[in-house]
Parts: sequence; structure tokens; C-alpha cells
Amino acid sequence: MNAAAPNIADSVGAVTPVDVHFDAPLRLKSGATMPQYDLRYETYGTLNAQRSNAILVCHALNASHHVAGWYASDPRDIGWWDNLIGPGKPVDTNRFFVVGVNNLGGCHGSTGPASVNPATGRPWGADFPVVTVDDWVEAQARLATHLGIERFAAVIGGSLGAMQALQWTMTYPDRVGLALVSAGAPKLSAQNIAFNEVARQAITTDPDFHGGNYYEHGVVPRRGLRLARMLGHITYLSDDAMAEKFGRELRGGEFKFGFDVEFEIESYLRYQGDKFSTYFDANTYLRITKALDYFDPAFEHGGNLSAALKGARSRYLVVSFTSDWRFSPARSREIVKALLDNRLNVTYAEIDAPHGHDAFLMDDPRYHALIRATMESLPQ
Amino acid sequence: MNSALPARSDFNAIAGWIKPGAHVLDLGCGDGSLLRFLKEARNATGYGVDIADDNVLACVKNGIDVIQSDLEAGLSGFDSGSFDCVILSQTLQAMKHTERLLKEILRVGREGIVSFPNFGYWRARLQLMGGHMPVSKELPYQWYDTPNIHLFTLADFEKFCRGHGVRILERVVLAGGQSVTTWPNMFGALAVYRLDRTGGAAPVSA
Repeated sequence: MNAAAPNIADSVGAVTPVDVHFDAPLRLKSGATMPQYDLRYETYGTLNAQRSNAILVCHALNASHHVAGWYASDPRDIGWWDNLIGPGKPVDTNRFFVVGVNNLGGCHGSTGPASVNPATGRPWGADFPVVTVDDWVEAQARLATHLGIERFAAVIGGSLGAMQALQWTMTYPDRVGLALVSAGAPKLSAQNIAFNEVARQAITTDPDFHGGNYYEHGVVPRRGLRLARMLGHITYLSDDAMAEKFGRELRGGEFKFGFDVEFEIESYLRYQGDKFSTYFDANTYLRITKALDYFDPAFEHGGNLSAALKGARSRYLVVSFTSDWRFSPARSREIVKALLDNRLNVTYAEIDAPHGHDAFLMDDPRYHALIRATMESLPQ
Repeated sequence: MNSALPARSDFNAIAGWIKPGAHVLDLGCGDGSLLRFLKEARNATGYGVDIADDNVLACVKNGIDVIQSDLEAGLSGFDSGSFDCVILSQTLQAMKHTERLLKEILRVGREGIVSFPNFGYWRARLQLMGGHMPVSKELPYQWYDTPNIHLFTLADFEKFCRGHGVRILERVVLAGGQSVTTWPNMFGALAVYRLDRTGGAAPVSA
């Protein structure tokens, strides 16, 4: 084993992603059809003989199928929810078979706007259809079937991942034992959509965007992506967390009366923006923010979320975080109310955490103890 | 709340009033043991409500669905008439907004069950006559560390009900786990009431 590898006992260790090709066309909610597509996924643990111990992890805006463990080629590339998933961890891979998948339209290996459109032989670019949470659930369900999983013991996710977990219990009520809906919302608010629109405008007005077909120009709308990410980061943190982490700290210790980086928060945002713009695809960012905007399962039921959940039969663990102002506890309580109306099995926890929306990724002991106890309560 | 109390003697009285298969909300549910008891003894369904992180976790470990919420903020997350019974077991005396909570209980539940320690119990009266605030099995705290901020007697509670449109359907008074029928306000340590709203059941939500 690589000496630099974070070879700790509770890691799933070095992992390898797998690609699977689907030939059957997928009709999307928009009416468009994906004639064929690939999904990239990772699995940890072992699927038992009854195939009853599988857990699906749904990712949020910028994450991927790489949920736990690390890559032998890059031991520092640790999965985004590694603190939760592994041997002996709250989602215990000694017991569960965990599946992470990069969503359709993504930029981490699954078919997305940067992939080659077989019809033209060129990257999809602007022609790649708009995908929705429903479409992702459909594609994930096909992956499950491919893996021989008829029913997931649990489908788990935070933020946009929570929306997918919730949608699973509506689209496939018999295929989900429990849904973990962490830092979620039943739909975006006008303010949420507004933030997404500013991010999209940053990207689409970048001169390097070329109407979405920047691949053939050999450029990337890096400035737009960078701004989109900086804006995103502001909304992921609470005011308190930002004050705690950065305050008004000055890098040079004094005002320079110029426009270079002076405050630490400026440095942080620029760093995050720069990093993001080197690896994330702008067309994917546009589509994922659209998927967020369109998510509204109550819409087809006259705005009644309780009616949308009428056919649901899963158990739910709904978790919110007090300092999350992007998807505040009130939004989670809307979900809980609809579950109560249907007399479904639900536990709701409101964790008093200072980290803002990002709290769902942290290893807060109360949060993790709750997930651990819930996972332990799943039928063997 | 008050889960430190040994052998919650009101459990049996409460279970006796819960119809088989009833949908129940248990406010201040602690570790969920009452709901678990009602699930097993009465095949009841429902949820606990508690504000404390450790109680929420204990409920999950106990197999009880729980909603983390502050009762002082009311029950706005629950529809009118959505439960057959809303239970408040040995919690009322620790609540700040007594009137509002009782009103909310009878809005959300078709019936309510409320239990509380009787401050009029003769031992309490004796301790007070001796010059000290009562400390007992039912009131196990010292004056400076008690969560109980509203101390009252059976007579006080019944007067409150009369003045607030609350109808008392049944009452069980206990001392040392035994039923008390003679001079209950003097000889009862713990009271359990089954209530509804004067003029019939709470309106079912639209």
C-alpha cells in the first residue's frame, strides 16, 4: 500500500470507480430523450445474499460518486462523505453495501454536457438536455436494477441529495426502506432560485461561454464558474460561522486601499472559486441549479405536499441544522408536516449546529449518533 | 421530562384510556417509554415530541418516532384533530405557557390526557408547614434546581378547566401506585385526567 495513503482502520480504503453503459433510452421529464448514457459509480462493502443491505448515497451540487475511501492514484482524494461511511462508522460498511453514483448530466464520469453526443460525434454542450431530480432517480433506479438491488435498505442524501432521497420514496415507495433527508427542502424559495440565477448569469455572460459550446473553442468560462462558486460558498456558511472563521482578519494586517485580496474572507472565496473552476463543468453547473429550481413534488398536486406523499410507505429521518439559512429548519418542518399528515414513520431532529448549510457534511456527534442509531434499527 | 421519576405510575392509568390502535401524540416524551408501552399494550401508533437531543436519540434507540420540537412554541406543526389522543405526562408543571399548551392539546387531539404531581398532597402540605418547599418522589427537586415552575393542586387544575372550556371526562388519582378515592386533593400524589373540549370534540381540520 502507498505509504502516503490515509490507511486508517475505519476507512473503506482504496476504491475504484466503475462505469456502466445503458442502451435503453431514458425519457426525461422535459420530454427530451437520452438515447444512451453511462453512469459512473462506486460501491463499498458487500451485497448480502438476500440483496437487502444496500444503501444509495445521492450527491448534492458539486459532489460525485466518490463518497468514501480514496484513490490509489491520489490518496488525498478522499470521498466527500467519508466521515459517515466506512467500517464501524455510522453507515457501517461491515454491514451495508453502499452505492455512490455520479448523476446524469454530471462531470465526474457519467454522461454529461462534456461527453460526446453519439449523434454528432462532438460534445453535447448546449444540446445536453435539462435534467431533473425525477430523471436522476430514474437513472439511479436503473443502476440499482443493474446491480441486482430491488430495494434499498436506505437512500440517503443532504441538500439536493436529500431531495433525491425524498423523491425516491414517491417514485419508488416499495424500493426504499428508509430515507435520510438531511438539510433538505420540499422546493426552493424565491430567494434560493435568485441565488441560482445569479450563478447562472455569471456563467452564461462569461465571454468564454460561447452559448454552452465552449469545448470546441478550447476554452472554459472560468470567470463565470468562479463567481458562481463564490456566491454558493456564501450561502453554504452561516454569518456566525463566517465571522468565526474569518472575521475581518486582514492578510497584511492593514488597509491597502486597493482591490487586491485584503480580507481573509476574500482570499477564501477566491481560492474556492479558482479551485472549482479547474475541475467543474459550467454546463453541468447550469443544469444542476435548474434541477434544484424545478424540484417541487407538490406542484403536480396543487401545491399540496401531503397529497404528493400519499403513496409513500418508507420510513424517514429528517434532519435540519439551526444555522442553515439556505434550507432552514422551517423547510424541513414542511416535509415533516406532510409526512405526519400521511401518518408515516418519521423522526425529525433539529441539530443546533453553527456551520450553516454545510453542517450536513460535518461529523457533529449528535448528528452522527442519530444516523448510527437509525441505521442500526434497519431490519437485518 | 422527569424521566428520572421511578416507575411512572401513571402509565397504566393512561394505557387504560387509550383505545386499541389509537393514533397518539406524546408531548415531552423523554426516551419514548410511554409510547413504547402503548404500542405494545394498545397497538397504538404515533409520535413523541421532545426538545432534548439525548431524548431524541433515546427514542430512536427505543424504536419510537420522535419530532424534535419546543412545546413552548406550541403545536403549529400538527393539524387540528389529527390525533385520537394527545398526552402530556408529568410535564405541565414545567411549562411556561400553561394555558396555550392545554388549548393546543385539545386542538390537535380529539382527547387529551394530562398527568401532574399534586402540590396539595398531604406530605407536601406538611413539609410546607414545616417551613420548607416540598421534596418527594413526585417532586424530587430542590427549590433551586427544579424544572417545575407551575406548582398546583387538583382543585386548582379543575378550577382552571372549568374556566377554560375544558371538560374533565375521567380522573385517576394515585399515591404510592394505589388509586385514591377519599379526599384525593389531600391524599393523592399524582393525578391523571382525561379531557376534551366543552361542547364536544375538537373540529377536524379542513
